[in-house]
Amino acid sequence: MKTKKLATILIAALALLVLPLLLQQGGNAWVRIVDMALLYVLLALGLNIVVGYAGLLDLGYVAFFAVGAYMFALLGSPHLAEAFPWIAANFPEGLHLPIWATIPAAAALAGLFGVLLGAPTLKLRGDYLAIVTLGFGEIIRVFLNNLDRPINLTNGPKGISQIDSMKFFGFDLGKSHTFFGIEFTSVSMYYYLFLALVIFSVILCHRLQNSRIGRAWMAIREDEIAAKAMGINTRNMKLLAFGMGATFGGVSGSMFASFQGFVSPESFSLMESVMIVAMVVLGGIGHLPGVILGALLLAALPEVLRHVAGPLQAMTDGRLDSSILRQLLIALAMITVMLMRPRGLWPSAEHGKSLNKRAGKDPIQSINP
Amino acid sequence: MEVLLQQIINGLVLGSMYALIALGYTMVYGIINLINFAHGEVLMVGALTSWTIIGWMQEAMPGAPGWLVLLISLLIAFVVCAALNFTIEKVAYRPLRNSPKLAPLITAIGMSLLLQTLAMIIWKPNYKSYPTLLPAEPFQIGGAVITVTQLFILGTTAVSLSVLMWLVHYTKLGRAMRATAENPRVAALMGVRPDTVISATFIIGAILAALAGVMYASNYGTVQHTMGFLPGLKAFTAAVFGGIGNLGGAVLGGILLGLIEAIGAGYIGPLTGGVLGSQYSDIFAFIVLIFVLTLRPSGLLGERVADRA
Repeated sequence: MKTKKLATILIAALALLVLPLLLQQGGNAWVRIVDMALLYVLLALGLNIVVGYAGLLDLGYVAFFAVGAYMFALLGSPHLAEAFPWIAANFPEGLHLPIWATIPAAAALAGLFGVLLGAPTLKLRGDYLAIVTLGFGEIIRVFLNNLDRPINLTNGPKGISQIDSMKFFGFDLGKSHTFFGIEFTSVSMYYYLFLALVIFSVILCHRLQNSRIGRAWMAIREDEIAAKAMGINTRNMKLLAFGMGATFGGVSGSMFASFQGFVSPESFSLMESVMIVAMVVLGGIGHLPGVILGALLLAALPEVLRHVAGPLQAMTDGRLDSSILRQLLIALAMITVMLMRPRGLWPSAEHGKSLNKRAGKDPIQSINP
Repeated sequence: MEVLLQQIINGLVLGSMYALIALGYTMVYGIINLINFAHGEVLMVGALTSWTIIGWMQEAMPGAPGWLVLLISLLIAFVVCAALNFTIEKVAYRPLRNSPKLAPLITAIGMSLLLQTLAMIIWKPNYKSYPTLLPAEPFQIGGAVITVTQLFILGTTAVSLSVLMWLVHYTKLGRAMRATAENPRVAALMGVRPDTVISATFIIGAILAALAGVMYASNYGTVQHTMGFLPGLKAFTAAVFGGIGNLGGAVLGGILLGLIEAIGAGYIGPLTGGVLGSQYSDIFAFIVLIFVLTLRPSGLLGERVADRA
């Protein structure tokens, strides 16, 4: 039995390792899709800490992604030198700090924003919290869009370009490399980086889930007053959840910025936040395999469909183009999956089980009093 | 002074539209504790439907007076939106009443996305100009300008709010709605059918949203498939601001929000020496919201403690 499990893991690992090599035969576009999907997995794992573990519904999660991405972009592109003469005087090419400084800076700033958002909202619960976080996300987006005047910090709607690629001790992920006679394109290199981050995050989340902190979060999720009565410092625990979730967002943001080489406010709309929440809930809230499944499904499937949408578009005189079709399918998937499996595609075994709740057919019983 | 008066008028017009939409959110929330994310899209469907009807009517009978065309298109938009919202509740929310609270939230978001996409397929994604059907001649009040459309919006809002208040407070349906919001189980024991009440609530909400949609379109002169999103968001903010689940709160929140936005947009430029411009007007709503909720977590007029997610 044990050897069988080990064999499965080995096969899965091998498959994950050769996946980009196979995909890049069909063009870099396919590897890019997988890369983006992995980034979304990372984001979903971060949001799962906030929503899944601590039960705090955050509809502005993309704000932290944005903060991370912009922080990385500012420190790793010529933009600051163009905007500020005194930086240009000292660093004519822009700051271009090494990733050992930029990624922690992006993570720390995002984490700080997470705590800043958490602090005034501690008293709020449920939908009130949802709407405040949503507003917070919009505030960040409006600022990103408009902070090109009076000082040009974010370059407004035009966004920041020429962002550095990831470089580890001179090893540049932005270029192709050849190992053992096989060519690894840049997107494949990023694939391995993202995969490593995802695996690291999964281990981290898994450990977190079974730690004292994780248990405290779940206690707060199930019954905040009881948790408080049992001696859990709910304030600190909630702030910690916000901070950790945001840090995940910040790291993903810096990955996104360097992967794309370009950031603009368009990538951080409310729809993105909503999509990440949908990934977490669709997959199975609070359950790691479910969250990963949800993220992969919502991020990758529509992109794959986009590539096969050509014939359909031709059939409908171009009225149903690929982006519309993609939206249509996402919307239908969200509705049907929830109707058929309200607890997500792959829910955890115990989550949501309550002592006195009986699933009755009686519609009256079901409405919250 | 004239700027202030003008911005107050603009704010009241904007606020009364927010109030109408916010009522739909707050009624639904009061009864089934759900943020109906598709509500803004119902508004959009109402506006686009009326745009289509107006187009047909202007072709079929070019001589018809503007107010009549507007009225007929409004009535048809009511029917379409009521049917739509009724169906949405039946299909996407009712089956999930036993489920974890986030499930209907996701179907609501899905519905919102679905309606936007369908609208994009039916009406094409471009902006369409919405004709001015009421006289365009503006009135002067103490140096400020007010158009007939704006007067129509203020008047219609006042009338529909009065009708709604009468409906909720003095009719049998209204009493059933209040009872269901209070406690559906006990209401059912008293002979109220919660399912019927909920359907009625969705229909009333849809009519108010359609009304707001047509007003929005007449006020700004354009319609498009994404037009429902921002007003929907603002109206929900208004509902929370006033204390969600509370009808008076929704109206108060909507009007205050409209005023804050209009006055803020008019004054932020001069106040900050031109550093911040009116492009920041969209975030006043949220800044005020965060501020109010920090001081009063249940909103201005809200009493009930928020349930947990």
